[in-house]
Amino acid sequence: MFIIKHSKLFFGISALLVAASFVLIGTKGLPLSIDFTGGSILEVTYTNERPTRDVVEAAVGAVVPNASVTLTGERGIIVRTPFLEDTDREEVLTALEVDGALFTEDRFSSIGPSIGEELKRKAFVAIGLVVVVIIVYVAFAFRRGDDEARPQVKGPSSWVYGLVAVIALLHDIIIPAGFFALMGLEVDTLFVMALLAILGFSVNDTIVVFDRIRENLRENADRKRSEDFGETVGKSLEQTFVRSINTSFTTLIVLVTLFVFAGAAVHNFALALIVGIIVGTYSSIFLASPLLVLFGRRK
Amino acid sequence: MMGIRVAATFIVIAGIALGFFAFGDTEREYKLGLDLAGGALLTYEADTENLAGDDIDGAMDALRDVIERRVNVFGVGEPRVSTETALLGGEIAHRLIVELPGVTDVDAAIEQLGETPLLEFRLVRQEGEPIQVTTSDGSIQMPSQTDMLYKRAELTGRYLQSARVQFGGNGGVVNQPYVALVFDSEGAEIFEAITRDNVGRELAVFLDGELLTSPVIQSVITSGEAIITGDFSPEEARDLAQNLNFGALPVPIELVGTQNIGGSLGKATVAAGVTAAAWGLALVALFMILWYRLPGLIAVVSLGVYVALMMTLFKFIPVTLTAAGIAGFILSIGMAVDANILIFERLKEELRDDRQGVRDAIRNGFKRAWASIRDGNLTSIFTAIILFYTTTSLVKGFALTFGIGVVVSMITAIGVTRTLLLAVGGETRSVLFGSGIHK
Repeated sequence: MFIIKHSKLFFGISALLVAASFVLIGTKGLPLSIDFTGGSILEVTYTNERPTRDVVEAAVGAVVPNASVTLTGERGIIVRTPFLEDTDREEVLTALEVDGALFTEDRFSSIGPSIGEELKRKAFVAIGLVVVVIIVYVAFAFRRGDDEARPQVKGPSSWVYGLVAVIALLHDIIIPAGFFALMGLEVDTLFVMALLAILGFSVNDTIVVFDRIRENLRENADRKRSEDFGETVGKSLEQTFVRSINTSFTTLIVLVTLFVFAGAAVHNFALALIVGIIVGTYSSIFLASPLLVLFGRRK
Repeated sequence: MMGIRVAATFIVIAGIALGFFAFGDTEREYKLGLDLAGGALLTYEADTENLAGDDIDGAMDALRDVIERRVNVFGVGEPRVSTETALLGGEIAHRLIVELPGVTDVDAAIEQLGETPLLEFRLVRQEGEPIQVTTSDGSIQMPSQTDMLYKRAELTGRYLQSARVQFGGNGGVVNQPYVALVFDSEGAEIFEAITRDNVGRELAVFLDGELLTSPVIQSVITSGEAIITGDFSPEEARDLAQNLNFGALPVPIELVGTQNIGGSLGKATVAAGVTAAAWGLALVALFMILWYRLPGLIAVVSLGVYVALMMTLFKFIPVTLTAAGIAGFILSIGMAVDANILIFERLKEELRDDRQGVRDAIRNGFKRAWASIRDGNLTSIFTAIILFYTTTSLVKGFALTFGIGVVVSMITAIGVTRTLLLAVGGETRSVLFGSGIHK
């Protein structure tokens, strides 16, 4: 199986991508949304013609410091500022009436710094907990309890399966984060949700391959066939390959429609998932299984 | 064989019925979250510094009650007031979350919530008494329902010094709880005047415009003390005293977060979400039929049942749908498709073994795919549960629909896809069971 044979190449690609992601996150940083930093965001749609960005920015800048203005859609604008009290919001709204221009207020969100701090903490807790639960579950699901009666079944310990699954998982969430750092896209609560969904998909993908490996190991034992572990893994990969590609493909179809049709609110969410699903599929085929061979042979 | 076909027919009919219920029945509506229906979400942080640890919960409950009463004055559909604790740098922060669907004027809402509540005493009007309500600028206003029935008595919570629950044999019943009020000196004078002039009439007590109780004035009271009796349980009496004492908010609060979403933006989000889901489903269906042929078609029917079942559950539980929640649902469709793909790939392998018939191949294919489906979905369910319990309301919506979606997808993959496949699967292999570009 060429994947196992050339595993060093695939390890290299993954290592490179992960390293690049770390460098990007370290140097460019992840721009955090007001969900995490606290701040205010005001979205309005002008009834008629929209004033230019510079005009709006100057008008708002005169009222509150550090405001940034982005254009959205044909007549909308989004104003981001540090945390605003409600009275400040009034002033911003007045400032937006450039030359008496009319608009409707679509959305106002103001998040105190303390809430942002808490959300950040909760995001890390959630991701950490999910990773721990997955490693424990995989170790449990692949435990050798029912194989003990059949000691001839070979293969690595269940903790190796769990460890490899988690390495693949970390790979799958670090690369989308690096991608966001590269593109300078804002990280918000939805992004954290996307990472968690990627965790779910990725582990699902990896487990399907592992399941097949275990099944083949048992079959080999039953038929008293001795086979190199690398070969067994390669065979299992071949058997699950079409399924992995098809599942990822259909999931990507759904995500791309979400990206195209579902509006700006979930744009970044869909994008994070698209990147995550692609690297997740890559990792379950080209990273997790070769790693399993690497660690599994060592014992 | 007949049994399976009957079951399959039943499933298809049930699916169509669910579909009608989910999309056709307009009487029961989906519950949309604030971000989709439009509305305001206000987050307050309570300053509990001056409270002992044991008192905080009680104070927060009282705070919620006070705010809830004020919110109810808005008359918006299904407002929600809840308390929440958050761990912040080792300290526990107490928050109050106010959700006001449909409220677009967030300033007015904030102002009204921040007001000190009004404890008022009013005399019940006697028949024939003239009703005159004039506002400060002298114009005549239409009297409200309350003004028609009750006359202001110039005595308000401003003059109240304390209220407490007492038990006693007042009126013969031992241990009947009542609420004792003590007015300050100014209040005592006003109270004395009112009671002197109106013996025998009812003096009603209003809190935030809501009638609490309406005792009859027995005699003139000069001490500035009053009791409110009634058919109270000890809990009700305690609540009443608490409410009176907390005429002002029990704990000072500070607005730390505001979210206001216009209704039109929400509508656009819903429409976009529906479009995305429809396109996503249609393209997935096309791919499944092209690649897996007959089983693919069955998967599409099974997915249809899945979507109808989910939408029905959303209506029935009911699940409050938010943008994040819809994203969770759309993602769970991916999981549902995956279960079918796993099964079909396994089926394909089983069919290569010429020693077994199509139906046995289907049964074995399912049996073998099950371990993978179970392990993969269980981890997703764990993820959903962790998300639901560790995060904030936005993520909860996602976790809930995703979690329900994964569970339901497992059931439909095993229940619906399997039954339908067995029902249409004959004894001989045909090109319909092939897949991909091969025969």
